[in-house]
Amino acid sequence: MGSVGQDSATIISAGSALTAEKLLDSGVTAPERTAEYALRLGDDALILAQRLSWWISRAPEIEEDIALGNIALDTLGHARMLLTYAGTAWDRSEDDLAYFRTEEEFRCAQIVEVDNGDFGRTVAKNLIMSAYFYELYSRLVDSADETLAAIAAKAVKEVDYHLDHAVQWTLRLGIGTEESAGRMRAGLRDVWPYLDELFEDEPLHDDLEGIAVRPSTLRAPVMERLEVVLAEAELEVPEVKQARTGGRRGEHREALGFLLAEMQSLARQHPGATW
Amino acid sequence: MTTTHDPRAASSADELTAEQLQERFDALIAADQRIEPTDWMPEDYRRTLVRQMSQHAHSEIIGMQPEGNWITRAPSLKRKAILMAKVQDEAGHGLYLYSAAETLGTPRDEMFEQLMSGRAKYSSIFNYPARSWADMGAIGWLVDGAAICNQVPLCRASYGPYGRSMVRICKEESFHQRQGWEILYTLSHGTPKQKQMAQDAVNRFYGPALQMFGPPDDQSPNSQQSMDWKIKRFSNDELRQRFVDMIVPQAEALGLTLPDPDLAWNEERGHYDYGELDWDEFFGVIKGHGPCNQQRLQHRIDAHENGEWVREAAAEYARKMQERAARADTDTAPAGSEQR
Repeated sequence: MGSVGQDSATIISAGSALTAEKLLDSGVTAPERTAEYALRLGDDALILAQRLSWWISRAPEIEEDIALGNIALDTLGHARMLLTYAGTAWDRSEDDLAYFRTEEEFRCAQIVEVDNGDFGRTVAKNLIMSAYFYELYSRLVDSADETLAAIAAKAVKEVDYHLDHAVQWTLRLGIGTEESAGRMRAGLRDVWPYLDELFEDEPLHDDLEGIAVRPSTLRAPVMERLEVVLAEAELEVPEVKQARTGGRRGEHREALGFLLAEMQSLARQHPGATW
Repeated sequence: MTTTHDPRAASSADELTAEQLQERFDALIAADQRIEPTDWMPEDYRRTLVRQMSQHAHSEIIGMQPEGNWITRAPSLKRKAILMAKVQDEAGHGLYLYSAAETLGTPRDEMFEQLMSGRAKYSSIFNYPARSWADMGAIGWLVDGAAICNQVPLCRASYGPYGRSMVRICKEESFHQRQGWEILYTLSHGTPKQKQMAQDAVNRFYGPALQMFGPPDDQSPNSQQSMDWKIKRFSNDELRQRFVDMIVPQAEALGLTLPDPDLAWNEERGHYDYGELDWDEFFGVIKGHGPCNQQRLQHRIDAHENGEWVREAAAEYARKMQERAARADTDTAPAGSEQR
């Protein structure tokens, strides 16, 4: 692994090859178990994007309103493709899945549910999630499922850029001032307890050999990446206990209920309406 | 070297007198040529531009809030994505405009300070609340529509950086207007409740949107000078008329009505007549009595203050990296090259 402090201007953002609409038009149908897997990935992206989108108009600089908005928009794009694909198995649209499921029907990992907190916590969460997504999607491009592979091919180019953004801010906050280093450490402590869950294998992954990426195989590359960045940012891996997992089984943090209440409120006031 | 690039310099390399500089400026304006940052310009022209461009930038930045209010509740993922992209565009417009204004010698921090202290204005329309989802449609169709009518002529503004930034902004604004129109069209062809939501939003935004062009011509003291300088090309009332003529048939196509009983086609004028606007309300909102003035400004102040430590960290990081690079250079310098 090379130096993490590379120039972000050298990274080219992905084009718009695949979209949720194109995916739906292709008439592809996801096999049941593959759909369950796509739902997990889609929910991670959706809830992370929903959290990130809050920052637009509240960021520390206008440039960051744009950057965080862009990351949220890319991530929402991944969610839309994954949920659209998952929904083909059950004849449900991306919006049926996003707006008309209850808390316990969501399959996201708990880390994405964590409140934004300050900019330090948001950067800590983005660092972990973009490192995780990068390692995940760069393997999923080889999936035997062509649709998942195509979604991953688009997403990996974008999360590469998100990772760069998170790394650049981790360095700035870690090395910048005493206050910023303190806030970055606090942010890392807030999200670190939910790291293990990202690497937890389920029977589902046994059924999807060659199709899904086995989460446990991502632990070493993600951790290595995180450790290199934290060391360069003069930060430490936080010494915190891992929380009980359960997001993939529908056991979520209390925060998810509030997030869904807000996100789903309008759609649920008008069931069956077109927007 | 006698060359100077200081745009504020009273004399230039050519050693022209004050009269000659003024003559050259007047000649450029008369010939419809662009004034560029390094050109001499009258102080009043510079001040007027900084005021107008920074107000425009502030409007983009404050304008992110009413729509940002609905990002987390957008009723479909597609609408959420479109709205996020739109609000992000507005941040981008704010940035171009602040940058363009900075070419006149006023730094962004100073313009921010003027906004946060309440000394600088922004478009009054953003002091109205975005109460329903349909407001996303009404803001796009009416507010962005009015902005386009105002801004298309600004693409030819005499100050180069302003005109050029408006070209790009107008392209994006026309997308914004279309998405607003499409939201309203979908709502007005949806359930009765959705249609009612759309009509209510249009009722609330129609008057304030017409007021975006500014007071009537006989009450607009700065207009004539701006027109002489070719910053402004059409009067407030001319632009307002153009806007009304544009939206009346569009409202019909939407299946929605405009809340003005005096709206009627005037065959003789070849324009739509429209009713008197509530200018007392307009000036009241400008003076701070709108429903959201305090909230909008506080939101911006909070974002700025909460970000202070982040900006400090970035600056300190840059300083430390420079220091380390300088030290590394010294360490690797060949023996004997150090200066004593």
